[in-house]
Amino acid sequence: MEKFVQVEQVGQTFDTKKGKFIALRDIDMSIKQGEFIALIGHSGCGKSTLLNLIAGLTKPTTGVLLCDGREIGGPGPERAVVFQNHSLLPWLTCFENVYLAVERVFGVKEGKAKLKERTAAAINLVGLDHASAKYPHEISGGMKQRVGIARALSMEPKVLLMDEPFGALDALTRARLQDELMKICETTQATTVMVTHDVDEAVLLSDRIVMMTNGPAATIGEVLEVNLPRPRHRLTLAHDPAYVEYRAAVLEFLYEKQAHIEKMAA
Amino acid sequence: MSTLTINTDFPAEKPVDRSKLDAVPVVTTKEPAVEITLPQPAGIPLVERFGDVLRVVLPPSLGLIILIGVWYVATMKGGSIPGPAQVWEAAVALFADPFYRNGPNDQGIGWNVLASLQRVGIGFGFAALVGIPLGFILGRSAFLSAMINPIISLLRPVSPLAWLPIGLLVFKKADPAATYTIFICSIWPMIMNTAQGVQRVPQDYLNVARVLALSEWKVVTKILFPAVLPYMLTGIRLSIGTAWLVIVAAEMLTGGVGIGFWVWDEWNNLKVEHIIIAIFVIGIVGLILEQSLILLARKLTKESS
Repeated sequence: MEKFVQVEQVGQTFDTKKGKFIALRDIDMSIKQGEFIALIGHSGCGKSTLLNLIAGLTKPTTGVLLCDGREIGGPGPERAVVFQNHSLLPWLTCFENVYLAVERVFGVKEGKAKLKERTAAAINLVGLDHASAKYPHEISGGMKQRVGIARALSMEPKVLLMDEPFGALDALTRARLQDELMKICETTQATTVMVTHDVDEAVLLSDRIVMMTNGPAATIGEVLEVNLPRPRHRLTLAHDPAYVEYRAAVLEFLYEKQAHIEKMAA
Repeated sequence: MSTLTINTDFPAEKPVDRSKLDAVPVVTTKEPAVEITLPQPAGIPLVERFGDVLRVVLPPSLGLIILIGVWYVATMKGGSIPGPAQVWEAAVALFADPFYRNGPNDQGIGWNVLASLQRVGIGFGFAALVGIPLGFILGRSAFLSAMINPIISLLRPVSPLAWLPIGLLVFKKADPAATYTIFICSIWPMIMNTAQGVQRVPQDYLNVARVLALSEWKVVTKILFPAVLPYMLTGIRLSIGTAWLVIVAAEMLTGGVGIGFWVWDEWNNLKVEHIIIAIFVIGIVGLILEQSLILLARKLTKESS
């Protein structure tokens, strides 16, 4: 489907103590089914705000968002979110955390055995069979994030939304999870929107990179199509001239065209 | 300028997760420690353990001994306050038969303590029944919270004993009036702590609930209740402490059976050694109440964390 998620003329204004704050303006984009989109920009440019709008966690001040032809009126399991800080419930085991989501989505029509099977399959997908019975505080940050991804995927969402999912992880763990995510997206053909500030991550994972201008009143600056063949391997790509070029393009956007925020802050 | 900025902007300002090590579960082997301790003579750990016990037991016992010593010295010359020996003798006689009954105003100390505990239990139970749900409601609704909070702030500093006459007027009987005083003093910490707990439920958890579109029942049982439980238990612990403080005073005023009344009665009989015994009994019961709630809290939060 060409326009699976549509964002039309969306603007977001927040009321603050200092008056109105325009976070986003004139956002127009559409996402194809099965596409992987990265939202990239400097901090404070409203990329997470845009993601929350697609998730339905916040409502746009102007404009409209559509998913699969229907207006997005609020959050729901069809648009699963992987939160930046994993947001697992600490009093539930990894299995129970995922099961909570599975039960909500499939509990009406499926029996307990099938629900447990689904949960186990989702945990297996992220390679955490051995940690299934553990509590979040007993596992590492990377593992927690994987449980968060398993929870989101277990709902078989139409769209997978990820808010800097690997931002708090060390570089090695991040690389491993990126590879895993690529594999998962290939098997599940999930439509994915990921907020990131990591240029390599964006180029490696995405079909398109949506680059945002600096806030306030941020909007989409440029959109870069990444036409690298899949499956992608980070080591081979590192020397691929096309990859290097894409990377340079994003860097150029971020640090030349959108560099003024640093000057203002300095 | 722009070349300078490259370095400054890029790294994440996000807090780095402390548990960076990923995936492979670290198997903590205790074997090296065992190997080290084995060759050593077996006597050393024992001495160490004895030392540990000593370190735990010695300071409190020393404190207690000094207290009794000071008491002994202060009452050595005689006077109206009995010394430790007299009180000990009286206590032995008293606890030989704690559950006797010679009419409504002359009962064993055991009955008196139980009567007080019963009042506290009932008043406290009602307070929990009303206060915890009310706390949840106030925590969930900003409007109701803004409406009720000034009233709570106004009434909370009032000594519960000021409510006793109202209780007597309404219930026309001493016993429910005392229980009602306990209710009043227990309810504030329960409302406040529960409401605070609900307000402090991390937004992340609530966002999870929204994305999963959980039913209100699931939100309460799977997210709110476990998240608020530690706060609730703090409220319960605070209120049982106050309740036990207040019951003694309330019973002094209302009479009947109860440890507070018993203290007053023994004052009228001028049995000062019994009053001192009562002070110890009240202290010990209060300590047990508090400690058992701390234990309960630790058990529950360990299970839920």
